[in-house]
Amino acid sequence: MERREFIKLSVSASGGLLLGFYLPGVSKLASAQPSANVFTPNAFVRIGTDERVTVIVNHSEMGQGVYTSLPMLLAEELDADWTKVGFEPAPVDPKYNHPAFGMQMTGGSSSVWSGLEQFRQAGAAARAMLTAAAAQQWNVDTTACRTESGAVFDGSNRKLTYGQLVDAAAKQTPPGHVQLKDPKTFKLIGKPIKRLDTPEKLDGKAVFGIDVKLPGMVTAVIARPPIFGATMKSFDDSRARSMPGVRKIVAVPSGVAVIADSFWQAKMARDTLRVDWDEGSMRDFNTSQMMADFRERAKSPGKTVRNEGDAAAALANATRKIEAVYEVPYLSHLMMEPLNCTVDLRPDSCEIWTGSQFQTVDRANAAKIAGLPNEKVQLHTTLLGGGFGRRANPQSDFVVEAVHVAKAAGAPVKVIWTREDDMAGGWYRPAFLHAIEGGVDAAGNPVSWRSRLVGQSIMAGTPFEGMMMKGKEYDPASVEGVDDLPYAIPNLAVESHRADINVPVQWLRSVGHSHTAFATECFVDELAGLAGKDPYQFRRGLLMKQPRHLGVLDLAAQKAGWDQPLPKGMGRGIAVHFAFGSYSAHVAEVSVTDGKVRVHRLVCAIDCGQYVNPGIIAAQTEGGAIFGASAALFQELTFESGRLQQTNFHTFPVMRINECPEIQTHIVENNEKSGGIGEPGVPCAAPAIANAVFAVTGKRIRRLPIRLTEAV
Amino acid sequence: MIGFSVNGKRVDLDVDPSTPLLWVIREQLGLTGTKYGCGMAQCGACTVHIDGEAVRSCVAPVSRATGKAVTTIEGLSPNLSHPLQRAWIEEDVPQCGYCQSGQLMSAAVLLREKPTPTDEDIDQAMTGNICRCGTYPRIRRAIHRAAEMVAKEGAR
Repeated sequence: MERREFIKLSVSASGGLLLGFYLPGVSKLASAQPSANVFTPNAFVRIGTDERVTVIVNHSEMGQGVYTSLPMLLAEELDADWTKVGFEPAPVDPKYNHPAFGMQMTGGSSSVWSGLEQFRQAGAAARAMLTAAAAQQWNVDTTACRTESGAVFDGSNRKLTYGQLVDAAAKQTPPGHVQLKDPKTFKLIGKPIKRLDTPEKLDGKAVFGIDVKLPGMVTAVIARPPIFGATMKSFDDSRARSMPGVRKIVAVPSGVAVIADSFWQAKMARDTLRVDWDEGSMRDFNTSQMMADFRERAKSPGKTVRNEGDAAAALANATRKIEAVYEVPYLSHLMMEPLNCTVDLRPDSCEIWTGSQFQTVDRANAAKIAGLPNEKVQLHTTLLGGGFGRRANPQSDFVVEAVHVAKAAGAPVKVIWTREDDMAGGWYRPAFLHAIEGGVDAAGNPVSWRSRLVGQSIMAGTPFEGMMMKGKEYDPASVEGVDDLPYAIPNLAVESHRADINVPVQWLRSVGHSHTAFATECFVDELAGLAGKDPYQFRRGLLMKQPRHLGVLDLAAQKAGWDQPLPKGMGRGIAVHFAFGSYSAHVAEVSVTDGKVRVHRLVCAIDCGQYVNPGIIAAQTEGGAIFGASAALFQELTFESGRLQQTNFHTFPVMRINECPEIQTHIVENNEKSGGIGEPGVPCAAPAIANAVFAVTGKRIRRLPIRLTEAV
Repeated sequence: MIGFSVNGKRVDLDVDPSTPLLWVIREQLGLTGTKYGCGMAQCGACTVHIDGEAVRSCVAPVSRATGKAVTTIEGLSPNLSHPLQRAWIEEDVPQCGYCQSGQLMSAAVLLREKPTPTDEDIDQAMTGNICRCGTYPRIRRAIHRAAEMVAKEGAR
């Protein structure tokens, strides 16, 4: 059935409905624009005669603010008029590779620190060319010129706007390395500038991957295996074939694709498929047995990550000692926008629209399936309705699958995952067990700490394996955050056991830190209890040589009024952690009623060194804390007989506004090297809350999500 | 044929009446500001108004809109002038932005019914709208700010 026949609209063409095709990114339409009347000094900026300054951003916008903070860097050095500055996602090209990671990608809380020099240089170089063009017109020396708010001025205040200089500037030779501004003269950097992408997110204009529309486009929904590693034996599509709007039903490597005129038709037809699966080796997998295996495994030594002094001997001689076993479950990224990918595959080209965090990898993987060279594949990065790491998939699972579907579709096709598909699709934060033994001497000073972690490796089999695991017998992403435990403890051992389980795992916002901070910061509280000391003061005593840890710890404690009494039934907990180049501390205030934990306030201190936009720093710190608190209070994926037991928000809850605590963020001012901000807000939330629960109940939380019935 | 109005314009559609309104709005009418998040009225990303009431369009069959007036985020104001949109800009609320259409549509009903909402009112009206980025503290501030704007500028 033709789409035209299916829907009949009595809307006038000017009615604003059913109009236009949404093609974000450097689309066919954009590339058809004339290149004249535009000054393109380098890959990162374009200036038009209309004075518009378009910053080309090589990182994906998934909420963390890169479409504002990176343009700020460039506009600062360009002396642009900020009201004329816009952004555009970069196409896939080596010149947009991440300067530190050698591929085009967004992750590791690295966009701003890695783009600092790149974007400032690009702005400064453009400014130098515009200045030279103006000086030439006025026949004065460039040193007689200054720039301000999108224009060049000479000594007698003659003015040429950047738009007026477009043609002349284009004739200038791009300079080499340019002297950058003295930070004291910054007009944008360091200011809480409002985000450039806000207006389009308030009136429905913002285009996420799921919103992409192409002429003649069809939609596909896929029946995927119910168990990881299961393979399809056969399928019965007799009902689906005759359902309205259904065009094709085809087997693809990931399952059975139903291709229809619209999502709902494809979904309804998909749900009628009867697929016979060979369930494979994971058919008996269950997570409770897995954790029991992990506990057994933790009884024997793992690969050495860190070994100072003699932790075993010191423990044997300790006055008081304690052992605690911490467990965290698999977690889903659960972006609000479920996975999707749109592909227009032609005999000699392939165009892809999706919210990708991994452009280089996705394009290469797509090209392989399309049977085309990389250059024939264009990947347009849309806005991401959340990423949290899921859209940086080493196998490009959601992109590769869509190219397979496109091969069969015979038309541009958008593959949409339902929420349930997305949650069951794997690539979770791995479940981990972290057993810690420690002891204190007669004076209450910690003398020994031994951590043993058991869990799956994330980096093995990814493009980062070589870089991350070179010469190491363990995955650094499994132990990050405990491998650099900052506390002054003379005898310290960290060991890692790698579990090999056929559940696909991946980086999720704050990666290893998402669980190591929980275990280590809860255990520090247990040691403080053993020593009979206040958890905050106990930490202070062990962090005397760690000034930046101490800085955030003191700031959070002071702002929270650590020494002030709380109403009866409430308690405080504290945690401090270093991750992704930044230092974070949280104080949580909680109450417990009928076994239910309520977080009333989170006071957060963040030290990310020199920062670009304090408004975004605060937003990421708040959001990170809520992300961490959601996991701490509510979230767990479990498997029984190989099948995931959670399906949607009702069984894998996210914190809601009525559960959200008051959050206060305090930013440390200093001139240290810039660190990350997207992830560092996450790790402290769980341990701060868990430690606060102990303060109220006297019970230790050793497993997430927090359940009072499991407290010890 | 199912007839109703969308953002003040009349539409008549030949569509299966059990199709969720969400997908008719997004695919047949091309208004993609209304989002799919869960398909079971758990997250609120799909919130629209039917005759002024907040409705989760992912579970509302399109037949429910028959003869009624549907408002989507595209119709909240012609030019970002709604007090909530202005307050959202002032408070720099969105991060990824995907849930914000639904947040605004839920908040718009709250503000109309309770021009000076308390925190409890906000909790009650906004609990059905999930934000994975964690913009809740800013949403709360922005709703209070919008209420102040309305009070200052007089009833709209």
